[in-house]
Amino acid sequence: MSSSLRNFLITRALLTIPMVLILITMVFFIMRILPGDPIRSELGPKATEEQVEIIAERLGLNKPLYQQYYEFLWQMITLDFGNALTMGERPIKDELAEKLPATIELTIPAMLFTAFFGIFAGAYAAKKRKKAQDYGIRLFSIAIYSIPIFVMGLIFQIIFSVRLNILPIAGRLDPLLLVTFESPTNFYIIDSILTQNWAALRSTIAHLILPALTLGLALTGVFIRLTRVNMIEAQESDFITAGRARGIPENKLHYRHALRNTFIPILTLIGLQFAILLAGAVLTETTFSWPGMGRYLVTRIQLRDYNAVQATIGVFALFVAVISVVMDVLYAFIDPRIRY
Amino acid sequence: MANEKDVLVQIRNLYVTYGTRLGSVSAVDDVSFDIYRGEILGLVGESGCGKSTLGKALMRMIKSPGEITGGQVIFNGEDIMEYSDKQMRDFRGRRTSMIFQDPMTSLNPVQRVDEHMIEAIEVHEPKTKKANITDRITSLIERLGIQKRRLTDYPHQLSGGMRQRVMVGLGLVLNAHLIIADEATTSLDVIVEANLVDQLREIRDEFGVTILMITHNIALVAEIADRIAVMYAGRFAEIGPINDVFEDPMHPYTQGLLRSVPSIRLDDQEELYKMPGEPPNLTQPPSGCRFHPRCPQAIPICARIQPELLETKQGRLVNCWLFQDQPEEAAHPIMVTA
Repeated sequence: MSSSLRNFLITRALLTIPMVLILITMVFFIMRILPGDPIRSELGPKATEEQVEIIAERLGLNKPLYQQYYEFLWQMITLDFGNALTMGERPIKDELAEKLPATIELTIPAMLFTAFFGIFAGAYAAKKRKKAQDYGIRLFSIAIYSIPIFVMGLIFQIIFSVRLNILPIAGRLDPLLLVTFESPTNFYIIDSILTQNWAALRSTIAHLILPALTLGLALTGVFIRLTRVNMIEAQESDFITAGRARGIPENKLHYRHALRNTFIPILTLIGLQFAILLAGAVLTETTFSWPGMGRYLVTRIQLRDYNAVQATIGVFALFVAVISVVMDVLYAFIDPRIRY
Repeated sequence: MANEKDVLVQIRNLYVTYGTRLGSVSAVDDVSFDIYRGEILGLVGESGCGKSTLGKALMRMIKSPGEITGGQVIFNGEDIMEYSDKQMRDFRGRRTSMIFQDPMTSLNPVQRVDEHMIEAIEVHEPKTKKANITDRITSLIERLGIQKRRLTDYPHQLSGGMRQRVMVGLGLVLNAHLIIADEATTSLDVIVEANLVDQLREIRDEFGVTILMITHNIALVAEIADRIAVMYAGRFAEIGPINDVFEDPMHPYTQGLLRSVPSIRLDDQEELYKMPGEPPNLTQPPSGCRFHPRCPQAIPICARIQPELLETKQGRLVNCWLFQDQPEEAAHPIMVTA
């Protein structure tokens, strides 16, 4: 690692801190502005004032706001996160250790699918510019972009799970296998390979297909359009003409020279889309009963579980920040003009 | 200096038309000439006269909405207009190569110099061994005055002059016979330009390649070319050996063009000649000779009938009624579209 790359990484890491700090601060206050609180949402409408006070005392919710904020910041800095305020008040760290791997296992394949499929379809559309294939792909990209994720998820469930009955409708793993499934990391694919549980691996992958496809397709539209536009621009560049004048075959010019030059904006998009992907994961996880961070977040927002929501969003923010740094480092590998 | 045997490319009645909203533009209009093997032919003219289009047409690289609408380009005895796409791809690079105006953008920014060259060899001569490729590239690049270690550089790490030499090298590495330099030195500063021009001449001498030098810089042509072709509004005005044309320009356009070249002499009292009028709108070219509205020596027939590019003296061809027999108008009722 060059020293300038190290400096770059340090700078980026330092810049991430205020970003995450501002975000979690906003979440902290917004959660408390929202009507309702974790105690009443758990106890229900018939709770008496004394009951609420006792629990508030125990959870520390009767302390002044600045003190709560201070304690919350300390929890975030030490990455301890404290305990959840509802549903058994387990340590949030343990809960996230279960939920985060599920979300990663869903979003990474979705991202890979959307990037590969979107880039290829966009490049192909650019090659067939103004022909039927191009119009078809563009129409597809608009359609896919405008269908809400949960609608698409439901359609897939109806087609593949209900009608054709070839893929499971929801969950991460067959409930019968889940009973005996050993999961030290909570990444089911990794766990099933480690324990050589091939039945579980098959089941995990079968469960993954529909949610990953739904989430991936939802983002494909943007990739198609960005790739297509940049490819068309690259096709006009002088080095493509020069390559053609050297007798380099068109396919090579298109898929090697032009495409490699469009990877820079695409990489930027991958970084940006990751945030949207996580938002999409919330909808996808809810649709497919996927026990990940997204569904966890939805449940805990409904319960006004301040601690859990703050921690989850903090982790999301870190996740996005890390991805964007990784993308910036990747630029240097793709574009020799960029050096850190 | 050249006889029939030495002809490398014969261009016959070549037409290139661009379809625009305002109608079709004949950017190259019935152009015929020969390029001799081993010569440097300078092709000059104002911007928009069709010289770049002509250069691209020689490689069949006209992009839509442009189209080659007629004529032949006979290269080594074969008409490349008859070639299939595959033959054309083989022809490009191996037989001809092209150097473009902007050295900043004509190399792929994410590809190293050697990758460009290796790719060209692998595409055209797929059976070449890796070691041979490396040897060939290394010796070539050193002959072009670029250090061997520069091969692993990316284009942005090279100077403009070096990049143009790499472009030249990309033509030479496949032993192309004809190098078309389309304003290749225009964007370089004068010293780098002079170096590259010198080098082009050396390359011609050493490799025996033929160079078609497309430029609006007449001084540059005077420096390097063996012959000069002057183009006006899609047609050739004049073509001939460089010294003859410079000493005794025949076509009134050539005369005007040569008088409008600035001289660097400080005591020069002479004002630069300003050619009257403007280049014609090629959607509606003037009738007859396309230069007649701006021509100080125009005679009545010029407005009506188009002259032909005919040989007047040994090796000199002029497209002007002043140098050819005027036909009886009744005998030649040529209808010219206005």
